[in-house]
Amino acid sequence: MTTLATDSPSGATTPPDDAVPAIEARDVHVRLGASPVLRGVDLTVRRGEVVALLGANGSGKSTLVRTLVGVLPATAGSVHLFGHALGNAVPWSRVGYVPQRVSAAAGVPSTAAEVVASGLLHGRRLRLPRGWRSRVREALDLVGLADRARYATHQLSGGQQQRVLIARALVRRPELLVLDEPVAGVDRPSQEAFAATMTRLVADGMTVLVVLHELGELAPLVQRCVVLRHGKVVHDGAPPAPQPGHGGEAHEHVHPHAHGRTVQRPEDVRLADGPFERPDDTEDEVAP
Amino acid sequence: MSGLWEMVTDPFMQRALVAALLVGVSAPVVGTYLVQKRLALLGDGIGHVALTGVALGWLVGAAMGLVPDDVLAVPGAVVAAVAGSVLIEVVRRRGRTSGDLALAILFYGGIAGGVLLIGLAGGSSGSLMAYLFGSISSVTLSDVWVTVALCGLILLIGLGLRAALFSVSHDEEFAVSSGLPVWALNMAVAVLAALTVTVAMRVVGLLLVSALMIVPVAIGQLVTRSFRRTMLVGSVVGVLVCVTGLSITYWHNVSPGALIVVLAIAVYVVVAALHPLLARRRAPVDPHPDIPDDVAVAPAGAGRGAPQEECTP
Repeated sequence: MTTLATDSPSGATTPPDDAVPAIEARDVHVRLGASPVLRGVDLTVRRGEVVALLGANGSGKSTLVRTLVGVLPATAGSVHLFGHALGNAVPWSRVGYVPQRVSAAAGVPSTAAEVVASGLLHGRRLRLPRGWRSRVREALDLVGLADRARYATHQLSGGQQQRVLIARALVRRPELLVLDEPVAGVDRPSQEAFAATMTRLVADGMTVLVVLHELGELAPLVQRCVVLRHGKVVHDGAPPAPQPGHGGEAHEHVHPHAHGRTVQRPEDVRLADGPFERPDDTEDEVAP
Repeated sequence: MSGLWEMVTDPFMQRALVAALLVGVSAPVVGTYLVQKRLALLGDGIGHVALTGVALGWLVGAAMGLVPDDVLAVPGAVVAAVAGSVLIEVVRRRGRTSGDLALAILFYGGIAGGVLLIGLAGGSSGSLMAYLFGSISSVTLSDVWVTVALCGLILLIGLGLRAALFSVSHDEEFAVSSGLPVWALNMAVAVLAALTVTVAMRVVGLLLVSALMIVPVAIGQLVTRSFRRTMLVGSVVGVLVCVTGLSITYWHNVSPGALIVVLAIAVYVVVAALHPLLARRRAPVDPHPDIPDDVAVAPAGAGRGAPQEECTP
């Protein structure tokens, strides 16, 4: 890795690039409309770390990751990616973002390959690079969809569409992958393919921030968990104990969405020192 | 056959054919992005605003004593359409709920202002009709050159930046998270739409411009699975209906703009009617044969098959 000149927030000295955290968010506040969704969130993700972002519906998980990648503006606080404040200075080619699946099909059909190819554009790169076809094939192969390249995305299952979005983030060979609920409502083969892909990427040194409802198949990979509740970080450390009836060895999680209980539970995890209060706002997050 | 030869050697018809050909190729290219962005009616709105530009150009031309007095109509349309499309894009980004209303006011203001100003400039209702419904038979040589230049620009940007414009139109949020200049790219689509409206104005008229951008794309969408091919089919259909429609008017005295749009819609209806018959023959019965069944179900009339996995209660 080349050492880049950085406008690091930490001070005058320029630390070597590897020492700069992939994500550094300080005191981030976000308002959507009139309601404060994030209220002073601090989050640091160092190189090579795999961090899971947990929390109930409406706790601000999606809002946080969307703020981190620059989709939503922060009302206060700062976000640095690879040492650069959000904006044109960020080396966008090193960041891959996987949004929550867009449910509505777009107006014009587009093939999986076309969607993945759009991931090759970033920053000021507005045209596809040479050899883009083989890179697209490679990325689709990584998520196990090499044979679906020419399918229209609306012909694919929900899980396969999600994998196309992951391939779109991977095609630029990022160092940081930010995923927003990559396995929510996804069929089992896609979940398994996803876990296998992630295992391989993490072994190669990928830094990951992933929003999850439950650790599930990713549990062996996750090194640190950050739990959001009502827009604040209430836990940052080892994976917390799940609420009774969730996760654990005894909990056979064969098909997570066969029964609505697991999905709709307002709190999936219980914190060691957390209060037993139930959140009163369990409605869904503000739609994009 | 000799009639056909007569048509292509007629200099009036040659100019008209060149304009129709270029507009037929370019309009669906821009229309594909508009449909993708769910802004299919944007062209319509810009068309309304462009009428005010036509009238302003006319008014200025008449005031300056230029001959003919509508020599500034097309430049006026270009300026008003670009300004209108930029304004629409700004409104679209700012407000979410009030944007709709602001756009409606802009559109109606555009057409009403245009009609009023043309009256003030001393234009007749006949000259107004030429802009509203097209006047391709009166295309001059300089008109052809303007069309060539603008269509060249539209195709250069629309095809050259296809991947970036696709990215922004397909998933704006992802484009933002990639650090792409989303604002500039959205603006580029809006300006391309404005330029298309002004070049298509001569061929089909301001009121029917949008049809030429959208209907060929709707046809492409029916028969293809990819964005690139939708654009390609759209352009091919655009050229075919424009050239065919114009040629028919060489022998029959009907409005070329209206005929072109009716032809395009007829092609859409025929393709939409035939497509299910052809598609059914191709499509597999199971759309996802590779996905294993998640619950064991007793086959109808038979005993229970070997369960692959069971749902935990």
